[in-house]
Amino acid sequence: MEMNNLVVLPIFVPLLTAVILMFFSKNVSLQRWVSVGASLLTVIVAVLLVRTVSIDGIQTLDIGSWPAPFGITLVSDMLSALLVLTTSVIGFAVILYSIYSIGIERERHFYYPIVQFLLVGVNGAFTTGDIFNLFVFFEVMLMASYVLLVLGGTKIQLRETIKYLTVNVISSSLFVIAIAYLYSIVGTLNMAHISQRIAEIENMPGILTVIAILFLIVFGLKGAIFPLYFWMPGSYYAPPIPVMALLGALLTKVGIYSIARTYSLFFYHDQSYTHELLLVLAVVTVLIGVVGSIAYWDVKKIIIYNIITAIGVILYGISIATTTSMTGSVYYLLHDMIIKAALFLLIGIIIKITGTSNLKKFHGLINDYPVLTWVYFIAAISLAGIPPFSGFVGKWLVIQGGMGSGEFLGSVIILITSLLVLYSVMKIFIHGFWGEKDQQFADKESVSYKKLLVPAIILVAISVLYGFGSEFVYPYVSQAVETLMNPEIYIEAVLKE
Amino acid sequence: MEILMAILIGFLFASATYLLLSKSILRMIIGTGLLSHGAHLLILTMGGLKKGAVPLVNEEGVPVTDPLPQALILTAIVISFGVTALFLVLAYRSFQELGTDNMDELRGTDGNE
Repeated sequence: MEMNNLVVLPIFVPLLTAVILMFFSKNVSLQRWVSVGASLLTVIVAVLLVRTVSIDGIQTLDIGSWPAPFGITLVSDMLSALLVLTTSVIGFAVILYSIYSIGIERERHFYYPIVQFLLVGVNGAFTTGDIFNLFVFFEVMLMASYVLLVLGGTKIQLRETIKYLTVNVISSSLFVIAIAYLYSIVGTLNMAHISQRIAEIENMPGILTVIAILFLIVFGLKGAIFPLYFWMPGSYYAPPIPVMALLGALLTKVGIYSIARTYSLFFYHDQSYTHELLLVLAVVTVLIGVVGSIAYWDVKKIIIYNIITAIGVILYGISIATTTSMTGSVYYLLHDMIIKAALFLLIGIIIKITGTSNLKKFHGLINDYPVLTWVYFIAAISLAGIPPFSGFVGKWLVIQGGMGSGEFLGSVIILITSLLVLYSVMKIFIHGFWGEKDQQFADKESVSYKKLLVPAIILVAISVLYGFGSEFVYPYVSQAVETLMNPEIYIEAVLKE
Repeated sequence: MEILMAILIGFLFASATYLLLSKSILRMIIGTGLLSHGAHLLILTMGGLKKGAVPLVNEEGVPVTDPLPQALILTAIVISFGVTALFLVLAYRSFQELGTDNMDELRGTDGNE
């Protein structure tokens, strides 16, 4: 394993772009082109990174050439690289969508630089190998998300940003506290070194379980698991659609990734308490998510609650902690990031056409908008996990892993709730797209929606390819899971023993 | 010494929790301030409060206190400073736009039907 500057590029490219963009905030067309170009460059860099990791194994970069436990080390294993690639693709699609939808006023007030800063935070959080550096990248990401949430300054945005900010300030403080406790036990901040030190401690003292639960609370607040999801339906309802897509697709998944990382790298020795708790919380999270998604008649709320359901499914696989269930979780995580971004972009187009997000106020969109209808239909059945599409393999492996470990109740619940997920998105299809042509909303000609459809179609196409090409993706996912299941691979790559 | 610090930090956390549960936004911001004070003191304490020289390069080679927690605190302080500044401006703008600083009046029911 040798040093590789490629690891830092998915963080560096958006960072440099953000800094450059800040100098000419009023030149909107230049802002647009530079952001689109830079995000495309980030995608290319991420593809190269995935390729390098798949050929040469885990890539590490000791910043400033300080050897591993003493400096900050950036680590790209396959899971990180895949998540960075997914993030970059979503970033590209959302920036493309923003050009035609976010509005000139927001664009003139640093919208694109802040989006790039958000990507810096997310890519950094996925790549870092240092627990305190993870905190810093969390803050980069959160700070950008506060500003994106409130940018525009409408009443609902101000109101919800106050709540979102309060919740995240508290969870950030808890993160600092958890790091302080962990540092007092192991005396190091490098994640591989922490794992090594924890493994050396004999008969697991209870304090490590306490710290594990503290980390679960911290990342659970970021990732919206039961009972820490309460802030999410309100906060994600407030911002404009592209921001909603970024937050919904990326932010909660960073919390999930952090749970997967800490629970597979640090706290895997005594799973009886921590993983059992995670299992129960995951199943309840799924239930809360589906109850919300079938209860509401608002398209935004339906998709927001579907995020919560998906988080539950991914965490369920992580809590089972077998190779099968972990593979399922990684498959499902990547699928869910793409399909949630696509669904948010699609309902954004619906809201633009109809002028409302209330499902009871429009119908018959299929008559005027057949392409939109069928793209939405494919996205909806992908989300529910109908066999050839992308949601299937992940959920199937998660359930198989659960059954294999004798967790029948949880697996059956996830299987049944898939039907309710399907019902919730088909409700939008049946009530919104079917039926008589509705003349309440503006004529087809007066609404420019075709350019908005392009990024949504890109994402749905990637998701379809991901579903049909799951055999092609399998070696990558299995390499990611191998590192998750065998922490010594990670430790060896970082500490170079 | 660590025991005393632990009691003090616990008191700060208790006050912060109490203030965060109040209705006024300004009290909540004071709560977040106390919460970050508590967290920063906790890093310092958990790093160990053993006596030693200031962590500057010294020729005598006398033992120094752990420099790492101090760097962590410095980072955490500027981050919480930035977030607090944003929160204060947000509260000010919200007071102008929404005309209240009472959290009870900031309930959101959008999309609920």
